[in-house]
Amino acid sequence: MRLEPRAHAPLAIRLLAPVGAVVAALALCALLVAWTGAPVLRAYGLLVEGALGSRFALTETLTRATPLILTGLAAAVAFRAKLWNIGAEGQLYMGALAAVVLGGELLNLPAWAVLPLALIGGALAGGVTLLGPAVLKVRFGVDEVVTTLLLNFVVLLLVSMLLEGALKDPMGMGWPQSAPVVEAAELPKLVARTRLHFGLLLALALAVILWLIDTRTIWGYENRAVGANPRAAAFAGMPVTRVMLRTALLSGGLAGLAGAAEVCGLKGYLTLDLSPGFGYSGIVVAMLAQLHPLGVVGAAVFIAGIFVGADAMSRAMPVPNYIADVLVATSLLCMLVAGLLARYRLRRS
Amino acid sequence: MLGQDFRYNAMAQSKSIVLRLSGITKRFGPLVANDAISLTLHEGEVLALLGENGAGKTTLMNILFGHYVADEGSVEAFGRPLPPGSPRAALEAGIGMVHQHFTLADNLSVLDNIAVGTEPLWRFWSDRGAARRRLLDLAERFGLGVRPDALVGELSVGERQRVEILKALYRDARILILDEPTAVLTPQESAGLFDTLRRLTADGLAVVFISHKMNEVFAASDTVAVLRGGRLVATRRTVETDREELAELMVGRALKPPTPALMTAGEPVLELSNVTVASGHSRPLLDAVDLTVRRHQIVGIAGVSGNGQTALADLISGLIHPDSGTLSLKGETVGHADPAAMVRRGVARIPEDRHAAGLVGAMAVWENLIAERYHDPAFQRFGVIRRGAARAHAREVIEAFDVRCPGPDARTQLLSGGNMQKLILGRTLAHGPDLILASQPTRGLDVGAVSYVHGRLLEARAAGAGVLVISEDLDEILALADAIAVIHHGRLTPALPHDRVSVRQLGLLMAGHWDVLPEILNAA
Repeated sequence: MRLEPRAHAPLAIRLLAPVGAVVAALALCALLVAWTGAPVLRAYGLLVEGALGSRFALTETLTRATPLILTGLAAAVAFRAKLWNIGAEGQLYMGALAAVVLGGELLNLPAWAVLPLALIGGALAGGVTLLGPAVLKVRFGVDEVVTTLLLNFVVLLLVSMLLEGALKDPMGMGWPQSAPVVEAAELPKLVARTRLHFGLLLALALAVILWLIDTRTIWGYENRAVGANPRAAAFAGMPVTRVMLRTALLSGGLAGLAGAAEVCGLKGYLTLDLSPGFGYSGIVVAMLAQLHPLGVVGAAVFIAGIFVGADAMSRAMPVPNYIADVLVATSLLCMLVAGLLARYRLRRS
Repeated sequence: MLGQDFRYNAMAQSKSIVLRLSGITKRFGPLVANDAISLTLHEGEVLALLGENGAGKTTLMNILFGHYVADEGSVEAFGRPLPPGSPRAALEAGIGMVHQHFTLADNLSVLDNIAVGTEPLWRFWSDRGAARRRLLDLAERFGLGVRPDALVGELSVGERQRVEILKALYRDARILILDEPTAVLTPQESAGLFDTLRRLTADGLAVVFISHKMNEVFAASDTVAVLRGGRLVATRRTVETDREELAELMVGRALKPPTPALMTAGEPVLELSNVTVASGHSRPLLDAVDLTVRRHQIVGIAGVSGNGQTALADLISGLIHPDSGTLSLKGETVGHADPAAMVRRGVARIPEDRHAAGLVGAMAVWENLIAERYHDPAFQRFGVIRRGAARAHAREVIEAFDVRCPGPDARTQLLSGGNMQKLILGRTLAHGPDLILASQPTRGLDVGAVSYVHGRLLEARAAGAGVLVISEDLDEILALADAIAVIHHGRLTPALPHDRVSVRQLGLLMAGHWDVLPEILNAA
């Protein structure tokens, strides 16, 4: 067997690739489900029902998808420019930290300014967090995979320190958590008596805006050229360094906004378990979406559905909800293979 | 005459057939890269495989060597069928291939590079003494001087090629395939290579070499097979054909070389005055260079590769800046110019490496065509690209510059090298430049594309542009330039009028013998 590059990958194949990858992942994980002794079809049935089967399930899935859309966009934007940002998790926490400080009671701000300030501040904090590694990459060629990954741990330890110290909620009964944000800093609910908040609309709007920027503006044009061939972009006269830095600000900003939106829309305060790895899952979302901003929305809802549905399934059957992590990871691996098959054709020799 | 005698001798004794290709057909989608090609190769024969880029030469050799599997047809080596798709089987059958881009490890010694892969994996010692003796013996026999302990990274291109050939011989190759072997060599190194080929064939080896250069075919081959559009259009004894016939067979029509009309040079468009570009090493990349290019004038920069041509091109492209000295365009001194500023000042830049620096392969043709002027109000408004206008512009350029592609939305990397170069010409020449910087403008292009590019440069000169051609191909410079300057170790000779300097003198200057300069200048 050998691989030969395809001259042209038709749209149908590019759309089929993620679907095929997901089907393959479900089939592979069926083996694990069967191993627990549970009936596979019923388990998957419960999973789908738990993710989409009711008003509650659907809003829960979309609530979970909100930060995933944002971190997915963060990864997609950066990866397109060949900036390998693995640090969305840390940027998310920096954003959450900024939101909790700006939206807290410490500052006496006019009520109308609190929410925008918390969100913008969160985005800025995330962006600046990625700017450091990006500057090091552009100036000295430091590998950003290493720096962004390791910064995650630095940020988590910083948050941990602050939650045990300066930011610790005096009313928190000793738990390492911050004081809640003021009421004016809360994102309104989208559907009454559910957890779904306006952050979803924000994320959807950003996906569309990013897609329009990418395809319609000279900004996106420069980004794509620099990502695909920085040398040719520089030769043609594009500001390669500036494009890299602004991509870093944008990518980190999206991840920071994810953290801020979780604080302002859902949790109200900051703890160390604010994110069950949204930053890392964002990478999977972006890969499943083949780095397309609109594809990110679909991929994020899919991943969120898996997590939410697996929780529901594990309550009814002896299948632990870890199956969600396995499913997501398997989907990513299958997607990598599917992406390869979309670009190459398999030939028998 | 000695070479000719030799060729007659080799052919006279009708030797046995060592390689037979029968009806090889290979399709890539709708493209037929090889169409029922049948060829035979005899012991002691040098077969030149001549054809334009995309004629199917490399595909055919890749099938022979097992990189590709033919859809139809078979290969027979020394009377036995060769299993398709297996480079190992090809190696074992005695077929060795020297690729255009060498496959050597820079950080290993010559001996290690040659011996690697020939020893069993599960053995803890290696018999380096025997390997060294064998290597030196082969080198001696075929006149391929190498130092076994030198690191490959320190060798010149010509030496690396010798290592590649030795690597094949070390594996007992009896049929040697050379893919465009002279593309990277100086004229002297090429002559050395042809000398080696003669020794190899005298020893009974058979050689196939792929080329699109006519003079090599006549210098080295016994037989020439011409491919065009995937078909074998003719096989000729080299002594029985001539350049005109081969050129016509290759291109499928008669080619007329452009004849530059005489023109009086106008006012200067580019002036370099005492420009030095330091490199951080002991020798500067450009050392006190003076150069003037005028309107209606083509100035050629001749020189052996790696003598500062890239720095000179980067300087005028706006990628690097002089450490001292000044660069003026149309009489105005340019301070800290970047590429965008150079484009704005009317410099059309044709880069040396069109794949890496010229075009973004993953983007569409229309997107590449606006890459240098996307800020232009014609192509954007408030930061939003006017896609309709950009596509319309692309259609105009495609039409005007005869770019063969499906349309403005085609992905650029699917275009052939010649069409990519036409795209770059279209991008830069469509805007009536004052100065054209053409860096290796025809490297790797086929005859048809070369004459197109040359025609366009001459047209631009007639329209009033000054043209600076930097080329390692002396024939190209002789064909185009009104004045020729030679670059050596970062220093540049004064521009010498084309009609006052001989090829011999240019060769001496290129090799660094600048003592002939006064003689030329006095005569002029």
